[in-house]
Amino acid sequence: METLTLSDVEQKYYSDLFVYCDTDNTKKVASNGRVREIFRAAQLPAEVILQITELCGATRLGHFGRSQFYIALKLIAVAQSGLPLRVESLNTVKDLPLPRFTVGKNEQEARHAAVYSDSENQGPYSGVIPRPPGRGHVKKPPPLDTVQPCPDTTSPVVSPSQSPPTSPHSWRKHKRQASGGNSERPPVVAGAVWTPFGETQSAPVSGDGMWSPPVQESWVSFTDTPPASTIPTMHPSSIQESTTIRTVASATTANEIQRQSSNYDDPWKITEEQRQYYINQFKTIQPDLNGLIPGSAAKEFFTKSKLPILELSHIWELSDFDKDGALTLDEFCAAFHLVVARKNGYDLPEKLPESLMPKLIDLDDSCFVPFPDQAQEVGFPSSPVEVTSNKSPSMPSLNQTWPELNQSNEQWETFSERSSSSQTLTQFDSNIAPADPDTAIVHPVPIRMTPSKIHMQEMELKRTGSDHTHPTSPLMVKPPELSEDNKLPASIKFVAGNTVGDGYSSSDSFTSDQEPISGVVTRQRSHSGTSPEGLKAVAPAPPPPPPRPQASHSRSSSLDMNRSFAAVPAGQQQPGVVAYAPAVPPRPQPAQASGSHGHRSTDGDALGPHASTSPQKIPEQPNFADFSHFQAFASEQPPDDADKHGEVPQVAEKASDPTCSLRTPKVDPQSEERTPATTKGATPLAPPPKKPIRRRLKSEDELRPDVEEHTQKSSVGAGVLTTQLSIPRSVGKDKKAIQASIRRNKETNTVLARLNSELQQQLKDLLEERISLEVQLEQLRPFSHL
Amino acid sequence: MMTMLGGEPFLLVSKQEQQNYPLYIRSVPSDSELKFHYTVHTSLDVVEEKVSAVGKVIVDQRELYLGLLYPTEDYKVYGYVTNSKVKFVIVVDSSNTSLRDNEIRSMFRKLHNSFTDVMCNPFYNPGDPIQSKVFDSMVSSMMVQTC
Repeated sequence: METLTLSDVEQKYYSDLFVYCDTDNTKKVASNGRVREIFRAAQLPAEVILQITELCGATRLGHFGRSQFYIALKLIAVAQSGLPLRVESLNTVKDLPLPRFTVGKNEQEARHAAVYSDSENQGPYSGVIPRPPGRGHVKKPPPLDTVQPCPDTTSPVVSPSQSPPTSPHSWRKHKRQASGGNSERPPVVAGAVWTPFGETQSAPVSGDGMWSPPVQESWVSFTDTPPASTIPTMHPSSIQESTTIRTVASATTANEIQRQSSNYDDPWKITEEQRQYYINQFKTIQPDLNGLIPGSAAKEFFTKSKLPILELSHIWELSDFDKDGALTLDEFCAAFHLVVARKNGYDLPEKLPESLMPKLIDLDDSCFVPFPDQAQEVGFPSSPVEVTSNKSPSMPSLNQTWPELNQSNEQWETFSERSSSSQTLTQFDSNIAPADPDTAIVHPVPIRMTPSKIHMQEMELKRTGSDHTHPTSPLMVKPPELSEDNKLPASIKFVAGNTVGDGYSSSDSFTSDQEPISGVVTRQRSHSGTSPEGLKAVAPAPPPPPPRPQASHSRSSSLDMNRSFAAVPAGQQQPGVVAYAPAVPPRPQPAQASGSHGHRSTDGDALGPHASTSPQKIPEQPNFADFSHFQAFASEQPPDDADKHGEVPQVAEKASDPTCSLRTPKVDPQSEERTPATTKGATPLAPPPKKPIRRRLKSEDELRPDVEEHTQKSSVGAGVLTTQLSIPRSVGKDKKAIQASIRRNKETNTVLARLNSELQQQLKDLLEERISLEVQLEQLRPFSHL
Repeated sequence: MMTMLGGEPFLLVSKQEQQNYPLYIRSVPSDSELKFHYTVHTSLDVVEEKVSAVGKVIVDQRELYLGLLYPTEDYKVYGYVTNSKVKFVIVVDSSNTSLRDNEIRSMFRKLHNSFTDVMCNPFYNPGDPIQSKVFDSMVSSMMVQTC
């Protein structure tokens, strides 16, 4: 095998052909079937082909390798140009034109064979159809399609200059032109896509021309007889090729077909004669060319084609452009064209070919064709050109622009309106349809973010934190202790916290005040400090008795305080720390109080001592409540005070504030004492001792709960109070005590009210949580009713 | 006629009037169609109930949309009935929470439009299974979109 030198054009051309023949995609061997096709398409005598085959070495090898294929092609070209077949001629012959293959092997080839095909075509059709010259074989496009994409995609040799993507455009342009004078096909067309293939092709594609005549022939038999002839029959020389090509064609898509026919006419393009035929048929159904053919009539008409209903349905879907159930002239022509194509073996395209798309606006090339070849198209007397000059019932043209749908065109207006209306309908619907509230809106689950617990805790913590900074440092010790064992009812602490919170700002101011105030503050803080724990304690379990050390508080004032706190703790199971009014215990009480104090001072766990002390004090309470014990109480005051004295140093150890005892409870009563004292504005020391007395006089009930408080307070009050207690008690003091007790009662009331509100809040929170949990449970539960 | 979109949406277009036989069924993935058959048929009862409950003379677009017929643990079923008592049913996977009601509505609209186009085809006999490629492509694109 001598070496074969190919020009670039030839190289590309041959590679494309090889790829086309490489049906097995082996890239090495050209299938014999395809090769045979090509050889036949070369329009060479059989013996010549045989000779070529031998020369290229295929007969030796038994197959067509790439080199053999190339050689064969070259030899074909040699033979076609009339030169003798010689191996030497492969390289010696210069300027050998590319081999020409007539039947759609290559558009270029088709170009070459245009004359041939024309002559061929015109044979059968003798004057029936002035077949436009240059119409390529219909079969050409399909195989050309295969050739085109294959080289583009598979052949590595193919130069990238091939631009299949652009080819459709050029196709279209060419389509328009092609339908007209193929001979006039400008080289531009060829150049647009076929440059890689060679510039020698100048002959217009004649592919389409092949098709129309056979189609017409088939038309004649269409209405009455089953489809008789196919295109192959029209071309005796290409029957075989056409059959094979047809198979190829069936594999192609409409786009490919369109693309192929860039140089050729669009295979779907309707020739003039075809169109005339269509129009005549249309008139038989609908005399008015601007009218519509109803669906039923069209159905009957097309049913005569004996095509399957499914295919007819598909054709209808393709051709009924505006989906109105009726056919305009253009639609009818498109449908007819598709039917004819189908009968001739062409598969129906998935989408309506562009050439068949009805023009929805007045045909005007200038506005229609977006391609540069407009002018050329206008010049063509082909149907598209005519179409351009016609109105709506004009030839289908390349109308790919959907916006044109909405443009004015009498017949199309309604359709376009319908189309657009359908679109707008959709749009309107989307506008009208209200947003589904179910999906858009998420029903908020009411979850109360109550500041009750968390917030209060935070507040408490803050307060406690700030308490640390407070000079009433004893509280610093208190909170931890309280946190440990202070099971003070959360309510109490809560209330205290609230009070603290409320009066926090004021507490600061208090700090600057006298001790009692600070004591009050500290007491509050202590409450606040305990409140977090108390809060926490509330939820899990009833708080254990708070270690209120105020049991020993004997002061009357402390009694009030104890009472106020005792009321709550009593309800909260608080040990009778508060209940044990310091006033009740007589002398022995101080011992108890001192004992309790001692406990308190020593033990962080006030519960124990308190419990121990509280019982002691409890029985004292009745005594305390008893007026007869008033003086005893009063007498207790000094002891309490004495105790407090004793405590004071202890307290003083911790803080300068005597009210700050080891235990918060101590502080509390103390602060309570302080508060009444402060509220009263009287001497902080003198009134407190008398207040408890007053309380006793005033309310017995309160005394009891307040005993503890008072004891606490009294104990906390320490020496300051004791000193005051020593002051002779008189009726005036009683009054003051009463007033103090009143005040304390009010405070207790407020405290209790706050506690109540807090509890209510907590209850609500819990209820809400419960509801939410129930809802979740229901949601999670499978639909049992379904 | 029911259109069922499973999600993995599957689409079932079916039936009509008294017979209530399916005209079109499509599902993605293509398996488990039988299960969706069952679901669609069971949902027909709900559709009937809703249709009879409407009882309004004036039928507007909204009334054609029946909305969520009922949710099950696995999927949600949406219904839509046309003026000609052709029912569309869409079944979507419950896990597909991204599908909003408006999207379902738009899907039904598209289905209705495509179905109208199919009906306009003179070669289509009402009651025949829908074999329109255009319809198929529309349904496929719609289901792919929701996946």
